[in-house]
Amino acid sequence: MASISFSASVSSSTQFIRPSAFFLKPRSLSRLPLVRAKIREIFMPALSSTMTEGKIVSWIKSEGDVLSKGESVVVVESDKADMDVETFYDGILAAIVVNEGETAPVGAPIGLLAETEAEIAEAKAKAAAQSSPAPAPPVEQSAPVAAKIESPAAPAVAAAPPTPGKLVATPFAKKLAKQHKVDISKLVGTGPFGRVTPEDVEKAAGITAAPKPNLVAAAAPSAAAAAPVVSPPKAEKSFPEIPGSNVVPFTAMQSAVSKNMLESLSVPTFRVGYPIATDALDALYEKVKPKGVTMTVLLAKAVAMALVQHPVVNATCKDGKSFTYNGSINIAVAVAINDGLITPVLQDADKLDLYLLSKKWKELVEKARAKQLQPQEYNSGTFTLSNLGMFGVDRFDAILPPGQGAIMAVGASKPTVIADKDGFFSVKNKMLVNVTADHRIIYGADLAAFLQTFSKIIENPESLTM
Amino acid sequence: MGGTCVNRGCVPSKALLAVSGRMRELQDEHHMKALGLQVAAAGYDRQAVADHANNLASKIRGNLTNSLKAIGVDILTGFGTIVGPQKVKYGKVGFSENVVTAKDIIIATGSVPFVPKGIEIDGKTVITSDHALKLEFVPDWIAIVGSGYIGLEFSDVYTALGSEVTFIEAMDQLMPGFDPEIGKLAQRVLINPRKIDYYTGVFATKITPAKDGKPVTIELIDAKTKEAKDTLEVDAALIATGRAPFTKGLGLNNINVETQRGFVPVDDRMRVIDADGNLVPHVYCIGDANGKLMLAHTASAQGISVIEQLTGKDYVLNHLSIPAACFTHPEISMVGLTEPQAREKAEKEGFEISIAKTSFKANTKALAENEGEGLAKLIYRPDTGEILGVHILGMHAADLIHEASNAIALGTRVQDIKFAVHAHPTLSEVLDELYKSAKVNPHVSKSVSEPVSV
Repeated sequence: MASISFSASVSSSTQFIRPSAFFLKPRSLSRLPLVRAKIREIFMPALSSTMTEGKIVSWIKSEGDVLSKGESVVVVESDKADMDVETFYDGILAAIVVNEGETAPVGAPIGLLAETEAEIAEAKAKAAAQSSPAPAPPVEQSAPVAAKIESPAAPAVAAAPPTPGKLVATPFAKKLAKQHKVDISKLVGTGPFGRVTPEDVEKAAGITAAPKPNLVAAAAPSAAAAAPVVSPPKAEKSFPEIPGSNVVPFTAMQSAVSKNMLESLSVPTFRVGYPIATDALDALYEKVKPKGVTMTVLLAKAVAMALVQHPVVNATCKDGKSFTYNGSINIAVAVAINDGLITPVLQDADKLDLYLLSKKWKELVEKARAKQLQPQEYNSGTFTLSNLGMFGVDRFDAILPPGQGAIMAVGASKPTVIADKDGFFSVKNKMLVNVTADHRIIYGADLAAFLQTFSKIIENPESLTM
Repeated sequence: MGGTCVNRGCVPSKALLAVSGRMRELQDEHHMKALGLQVAAAGYDRQAVADHANNLASKIRGNLTNSLKAIGVDILTGFGTIVGPQKVKYGKVGFSENVVTAKDIIIATGSVPFVPKGIEIDGKTVITSDHALKLEFVPDWIAIVGSGYIGLEFSDVYTALGSEVTFIEAMDQLMPGFDPEIGKLAQRVLINPRKIDYYTGVFATKITPAKDGKPVTIELIDAKTKEAKDTLEVDAALIATGRAPFTKGLGLNNINVETQRGFVPVDDRMRVIDADGNLVPHVYCIGDANGKLMLAHTASAQGISVIEQLTGKDYVLNHLSIPAACFTHPEISMVGLTEPQAREKAEKEGFEISIAKTSFKANTKALAENEGEGLAKLIYRPDTGEILGVHILGMHAADLIHEASNAIALGTRVQDIKFAVHAHPTLSEVLDELYKSAKVNPHVSKSVSEPVSV
């Protein structure tokens, strides 16, 4: 099984983040050549100066309707009144991202407008990627499985199925199915007379029901704790059940991450941090940005050059009793993708020039997004770079991936007041990097020296362009 | 004593709605949290709730009876029949009959739930409001046939107690009797967020009660094309398709009176009209039995009108000033014409109408209660300031409407009450908003006119 190297990066599958996922777009905003511009987002408008979020009251138009500029599309409730929201563009309402009754912050996309019919499918895919709380693939797999898990407190009448070919579903079940985009016709009803109940729909969508308020207090002497929440049959450790929690099994990628993280526990690691002034680097970046070079690539190149002078930091301890000095310097860069983490590798990063490296990086990123990276392209790293600076993180500790000697965690570059030895203050951009390393092969002095070299390269970055 | 209102209508239904209102509040975690409250899971004891309703009915019935006796009313128990002018016989099955004479006779026999053909009532799984008010059981899933105010109130009760509801409505939209704008908001507030779905434009041609382990089955056909549409399988069905007058066996033919679709024909003074179009002396009919406006307070008002006449003071009731209310949460109330009705009248008689609207979101008290959902609407004539109709959906709508109904009853015009002061902060300021934002043409005089009688 391919081993994937990771650090403690964050995945970006929260709702309402602009679809241009940060990690896959290095700091230069090179637009990937997709037909993106033709799908427009309809945003939650600010209907008053005090409004921070709005609730969708009702969609005047439905998915598939043709819209003309100026037509009312949706009714939004603000803190003051209900307003009709018009569309600024002609097009087709391709997808509704936020449904009736749901709330979204001002500025968040609530619907997608496609220019032509051709873009509708793409818009729908985009909407699905943005919004669904439970990832789509597990739904189909878990529906038949989930429906079999004990239906708590179902009355004994559950036996007889409805007239064959007929779907009987309760009103709330239908509402939930629509809300969570579950195909209700595929569900087996577990309610009385075989009807599909809200619980059936919730299981299919992968959500645990909020405990059904045990309203009829006289009949069942159970107090506040109502219908039992679905609990996994074999719980090795018992954790307190928190109502409203949602159990989603790991995908293959997530299982791999988990496995690797656990393996790293057996390696003795230590961490060294280093502050680096980035004014010169930022200036260089502005110069090379138009040529397609990204900050990620600049950092990777700098790391590679530093590693040339400190080969032990590029080594691995494979068997616990020897150094394995790697022949090439392959910088793996951690990127977050939907529901996962992958580390495309820039091979021989020290040998390629900045522009070639950038080109290679762009290709790797595209392949990563399309889930087409070959194992060679993600498990051949000798050193990993992880950057959370774009979130404003100033420093963090990364977890050492198995099979490598060190991993560098890079924080944001922030204007900082510094005092020099003469007591004069100035403001310089400073970024904190933190390297986690395997102490079986890399010792404190090695790492510190490496970091010193690295910081010199960053602070005098002209060498990067050579 | 007490008729439908006390025993099978207003009184027990409001008791149940009081319970459901509180249940709904306590269960609305979101609402409670916004106010900073934490409430442990609320529950209810069905029998205790049913008892509250029954006890209330008994109490009021008792009070009513005592009040009557205290003012010297004789109560004769039995089934009454008019046998001739000023002559009534009454009796119970198995007992001998008595005949009494009276100077004047008022028929107030009321109405019963109307059950369309094809629907089999078993009192347990297929029920009418009479059974529902006893709350003998709370079904998981109940279909309510009819989305008028009775069906709507019951949906409020059942959903608060944990049931899911399906409405079956013959017209093309739900709540056809309400002003359409109110109906739309009502749907958004009372139906969409609740566990309710609906079928419109359909008739339930056949409803079979549950038996032998089979659920209640309801066969639906398209109201226009009459083709079969769907069959529902639910735990219970409530028939709320209106009320039919209870006038059988009244002996009306003995005084040459023919009922029209069961209703007793009367004039605007509640005097009964016979088959030849003549007034029958000394016989009046009030309430649901005459079908003019089937509400309890209409019956009272009509009764008062009759008594006034009998004591020598002529008094004709203006039915347009009678308010109506629906006690869902939030409440809905109205007086006068709906917007379509007003527009129709305006077109026919050649005047313009204007509408003033305000949201409860603009009202301080409503916001303090975190109950900003609501709308009030005033339909008026800008040329004269006449108030044609007022519709309110929101907290305490049923109480707020009276300002408007009083205004209509007295013929008060918009410009006359524009400057009236309303206490702050109260919900009544919603109406204040309406009056103040209404624009009447400046040349209209400000004097108060004579009450308008219709």
